[in-house]
Amino acid sequence: MGELRLMKGNEALAEAAIRSGCDAYFGYPITPQSEVLEYLSREAFNRTGMIVLQAESEVASINMIYGAAGAGKRAMTSSSSPGISLMQEGISYIAAAELPCLIVNVSRGGPGLGTIQPSQGDYFQATKGGGHGDYKLIVLAPSSVQEMADFVRLGFDLADKYRNPVMILADGAIGQMMEKVELFEQLPRGGTYSKPWATTGKTKDRERNIITSLHIDPRQMEKINLRLQKKYKEIQEKEVRYETFKIEDADYILTAFGLGARICKKVVEIGREKGYKLGLIRPITLFPFPFKVYSEIAEKVKGILDVEMNAGQMVEDVKLSVNGKTRVEFYGRMGGIIPTPEEILEYFENKFLKGE
Amino acid sequence: MDETILKTEEQDFIEEDICVAENLVYHKPKTLTDTDLHYCPGCGHGVVHRLLMEVVEEMNIQDKVIGVAPVGCAVFAYNYMDIDMQEAAHGRATAVATGIIRVLPDKLVFTYQGDGDLAAIGTAETIHTCNRGENILIVFINNAVYGMTSGQMAPTTLPGMVTTTSPFGRDVKTMGYPLKITDLVAQLPGTYYVTRQAVNNAGNVRKAKKAIQKAFQFLQQRKGTCFIEIVSNCPSNWKMTPVESNKFVEEVMIPNYPLGDLKVPKEEQK
Repeated sequence: MGELRLMKGNEALAEAAIRSGCDAYFGYPITPQSEVLEYLSREAFNRTGMIVLQAESEVASINMIYGAAGAGKRAMTSSSSPGISLMQEGISYIAAAELPCLIVNVSRGGPGLGTIQPSQGDYFQATKGGGHGDYKLIVLAPSSVQEMADFVRLGFDLADKYRNPVMILADGAIGQMMEKVELFEQLPRGGTYSKPWATTGKTKDRERNIITSLHIDPRQMEKINLRLQKKYKEIQEKEVRYETFKIEDADYILTAFGLGARICKKVVEIGREKGYKLGLIRPITLFPFPFKVYSEIAEKVKGILDVEMNAGQMVEDVKLSVNGKTRVEFYGRMGGIIPTPEEILEYFENKFLKGE
Repeated sequence: MDETILKTEEQDFIEEDICVAENLVYHKPKTLTDTDLHYCPGCGHGVVHRLLMEVVEEMNIQDKVIGVAPVGCAVFAYNYMDIDMQEAAHGRATAVATGIIRVLPDKLVFTYQGDGDLAAIGTAETIHTCNRGENILIVFINNAVYGMTSGQMAPTTLPGMVTTTSPFGRDVKTMGYPLKITDLVAQLPGTYYVTRQAVNNAGNVRKAKKAIQKAFQFLQQRKGTCFIEIVSNCPSNWKMTPVESNKFVEEVMIPNYPLGDLKVPKEEQK
C-alpha cells in the first residue's frame, strides 16, 4: 500500500504532479486552485528539480506549456474557469501541434467573473472545443481527492501516448475538500515515452524538428484534420472510462460526473431505502464519452435523470447516447450552488416520476 | 573569328581562374535551407534571416539553437532556417521561448518577431520575459507596419505616416504615439544587452551581424535577456521601390529610432 495522507484535492493534485515526474509547471493564481501553484513552489524543485514558474497571465502560462511540451518535456498548468477561458487559443494551438501536456480546470461558477464556488458549467468548453477549430481534449473528471492524484499520472500517460493535451475537469469543492489519499511512488522525471519530434537542437543525424499548427495549403490542412480525427476515433474506441453503481437491477438511472456523482451515490442509497430501484452511471472520461453504456441501459430502464451543477450540458450527450430509447430528464443547480441528495430525491419523486 | 565562340572562351577563362576557393568572399550559409523566400523583393527579413544563420554556422551552434517564429510576415521563418523551431501564437513567442529555455537551459533560444507581434498583442509577454531576465535573444523587426495583413498601422508607425488603417496619417491624438518598446525594455534590470540596428546598407548589415554574434555569446554565458531591434523596411506596404524604402529608413525611420546600443554590459564598456 502506498503512503496515506490527509490532503486537499488541490494539494493531492500538486503532489501527484511531482510524483508523476512532471518536468515543468507554469501557472497563474486564481481561486479556487491557487494551492496547486503554492504547493509546487514550496515542494517541487527541491525534490525533483521540477521547474515551477508563476507566469504573468494564463495566456503566458499556456504558451509556456506549448514551448516546454514542444521541447519534449512533461509540462502542466492549472487554473479555474475564467483563466481556462483565457487559455483557449493556446489550447487550440497545442491540440493542433499535437503536444502532450496536462491542463487542470478546478472550475467555479460562471459566466463572467461569476463566483468562486464550485460549478460544472465548463463541460461544454472542455468537451466540445472551447478554442477554435476541430480538436478534442481527453477530459478526465475526478470525483474524489484520490482521483485528483491518480488522474494526474493517468493524464500524463494518455497525453504522451496520443500526443494530445489532456484536461482534468474538477471543481472548487473537489479542489478544496480534504480526504484520505493513497499516494503512488515517485516516478522518474519526464516519463518513459520517446519524443523524437521534439525541438531539442538539430543534430547532424536528423532533419530539423518543427512544431507548428500552420498549414496554408488547404489540402495539407485537411489531411492533418483527417489525421487528428482518426486519432480522436481511436481514443473513443480505446480510452472510455466510467463507473457504475447498482445498475444491474435498476428501474431508473441517475447520471452525473465529478462532484455531482458523489451526491447522486447518496441519492441512490436513500432512494433504495425508500424502495426506488435506482442506479448510477458516472462518466470518468467526458471525452471520450461512454455512449455505449447509456445506449445499452436505455433498453432496460424506465428513465434516466441527469444531475449536473450547470444548466444542462452533459445531458445533451446522454440524450445522444440514448437516442430516444428512454426518457431523459435533467435536474441542475447553477452559480456555485451544490444540490443536496434530499432535493435531488425530492425532484425524482415529485417531478420525474409524476411526469411518467 | 566567330564572336560567339570568343565569348565562350572568355567565360571559361573567368571560371577557371577566378572561381577558386581563395577568392571566395561570400557563400550562402549551410544553415539556410534551399526553400525560396516568400518575402517581397527588397525586404529586410531575408537579410536578417541570413545574418542569424551565418552566425549560427560560424559559431557552430546549430545543435544548440532553437528558434521561435512569430505570427506576421516571418511566420514561415522555420521554412528557411535549418534549425529546430517552434511556431508561436500571435504575440506569444517570448512565452514559448520561456517554456523552452526553462526546461532546456543549456540551449540557445531566440525569438524572431515583428512590431505588431512584439509591441502590440505581445507587449505583456515581451515586458515580463525581459523583466525575468530569461536567457534568450529577442530579435525585433521594426518596419512600422503590419506586413502580413497588408499594411495596417503598427504600434511603431510614425506620426503622420499613412497606412491602410491610418489613411490620413497617424494622428497621435486619437491613435496614440509610436511605442519605443526597446527603450522600455532597456530600463528593466533583467535585460543584459539591448541594441538598435538596421540593415538598410552594407555598413549597417555588418554592425547588425556583430550585435547578433555578441548576443549569442552572451547567451552562452547565461547573462540574461538580449534584445536586438532591427529598424527595417516594407517596400510593398510603404508603396515604395526597395531603393526608396531604404532611403526612407535612412531619412525618416532612423532619426525616429536612433541606432546604437541602449544598454551595454559593463565588461563591454571597458
